[in-house]
Amino acid sequence: MLLIIFILFAGLCLAGAINLLLQTHPINSALSLIVVMVSLAVLYLTLGAEFLAAAQVIVYAGAIMVLFTFVVMLLNAGKEERTLGSFASWSVGFPAVAVILAVIASVLIKSQGLGTVHLSDKITSTQELSAMLFKELVLPFEVTSVLVLIAILGAVALARRGDGERKGGQ
Amino acid sequence: MIPISWYLLLSGALFSLGVIGFLIKRNLITVFMSIELMLNAVNLSFVAFAHELNPVKGQIFVFFVMMVAAAEAAVGLAIIIAVFRARATLAVDQIDLMKL
Amino acid sequence: MSPLLTFFLWSLLKCVVVTVVLLIGVAYTVLLERKLVGRIQNRWGPNRVGPFGLLQPLVDGAKLFLKEELIPGNVYKPLFLIAPIIALGCALISISVVPFGGPFTIWGSPNLFQISDVNFGLLVILGITSIGIYGIALAGWSSNNKFSLLGALRSSAQMISYELALGLSLVGVGMRAGSLNLRVIIESQTSNKGLLSWNIFGGMQFFAFFLYLMAAYAETNRSPFDLPEAESELVAGYHTEYSSMKFAMFFMAEYANMITVGCVATMLFLGGWTSPFGNLVPMPHNTFLLGLVQAFGPIMWFVIKVFSFLFLYVWVRGTLPRFRYDQLMGFGWRVLLPLTILNIVGSSLWFAYHS
Repeated sequence: MLLIIFILFAGLCLAGAINLLLQTHPINSALSLIVVMVSLAVLYLTLGAEFLAAAQVIVYAGAIMVLFTFVVMLLNAGKEERTLGSFASWSVGFPAVAVILAVIASVLIKSQGLGTVHLSDKITSTQELSAMLFKELVLPFEVTSVLVLIAILGAVALARRGDGERKGGQ
Repeated sequence: MIPISWYLLLSGALFSLGVIGFLIKRNLITVFMSIELMLNAVNLSFVAFAHELNPVKGQIFVFFVMMVAAAEAAVGLAIIIAVFRARATLAVDQIDLMKL
Repeated sequence: MSPLLTFFLWSLLKCVVVTVVLLIGVAYTVLLERKLVGRIQNRWGPNRVGPFGLLQPLVDGAKLFLKEELIPGNVYKPLFLIAPIIALGCALISISVVPFGGPFTIWGSPNLFQISDVNFGLLVILGITSIGIYGIALAGWSSNNKFSLLGALRSSAQMISYELALGLSLVGVGMRAGSLNLRVIIESQTSNKGLLSWNIFGGMQFFAFFLYLMAAYAETNRSPFDLPEAESELVAGYHTEYSSMKFAMFFMAEYANMITVGCVATMLFLGGWTSPFGNLVPMPHNTFLLGLVQAFGPIMWFVIKVFSFLFLYVWVRGTLPRFRYDQLMGFGWRVLLPLTILNIVGSSLWFAYHS
């Protein structure tokens, strides 16, 4: 049962990620990224992280990716020209990716101490998470909220037209 | 039952696909999407390790990554809109002058 | 039969029954709206087909099914076809975590009146609603029509903005119940006081209920926030290019969303399946009658509450004029969001004082 779920959604993840690379239109790429994110949420559920699964769907698929599609629609971004990367990416980037993936894979295949996932594993409840977040980690939480506030201000300042530009435009 | 290492391998594969997308894509928005893909891959490995070691703290780390990713997406897309206004293009090859 | 097979068969049966009931409910919500808006505007509404026009939804459905399926030449086909499916699918799926009645076990079924009892049911509903935006956004974009695109842009901006207020207005309820499980939330409102133990009165969430109501109207694109399909400015908004069955899917999605929002309001603020009279009305002594009341009483109360919520929806539609777009955004960000945050602070102080 768990094996079927894992294979199905891991396959969807990989297919979505590959489709993200192959599609030339940004909106198709965005949709395949949404598929990746929703199937990752299902994988989080199998790992017992139910709050994160919901947050993944609400925050990533429901808010961030809507912003992406919104910007694609707003700027009317057309098809991009397909390239195979620059000289730098061929000489440094791709070899580095291959090496990193090979190292990770070899380490993981050889590793002994890692456990397994079962359907009957304990589910981390939202209560435990919130108790930890609001008691022990309250300072990082507040700092992050300040970061989000700064991001809001930055986004508003960047996206709004300057006064001079508006006068020139009208 | 499934070994944790499968999740980690999946995460590694997704991360590599994200890097490849970052390198070969030529549209600013899609490049940005590849970065989101890498963040998601890292989140998956965090959750997998959290299942192994310390469920609560590991998952809260992912929660913080999500918050930062949301902030990053808002600012990044605002920058993309500003760049598009100045240049009327989204192709990364034509906006590499580092000035508007 | 093995437990897994039993579980599977029961779930399948419940899915089928709930989907059929929901679709019939959608059809008759349309009729309810047409009748009521008719009465509000001092005319009769549909009254030709069947007694009191009761068969009108069937005829409407037949008309929409039999119309010619038109796909305009310059649309982006894959997304044009998939958009109504996303919209309707998300609208129907979110009902799956709603408990319609109390815990009731029969022949090995874990919960007869709920398809799946998940621990984070409230978040599931919010998440699926937020995925539903893509249906409208992609429909508008793929139609390759400026009115559709404007409608889609408006709706995605509107839904992102109001989703925040919607989610935050529900925090007080979660705080009172100490859980996100919908069953636990409803059980936190059951006490002998009936109506007075509901969240809207007993939990001091009266204010939150109105905030939720306003955000929910915007989230389902209903009047007075129906800007994505404002016919005086945008022809028909995001579904301008759609016809026959695909248009019907958007139409059904809108009404299914209304029913879901009504279910959420019922569960979170109006005590779900509980009776407003609490224990004031004595239970019958006859065992058979008692069983009947215990099985169907809760469902009856649930349906009555959802129905009155739908009635309110139509009433508001018949009463208020449409907002202007900048007023809508200003209202969402400058009024509704600060008020929901104030509500969270206020109700957390209240709960801290009382616990």
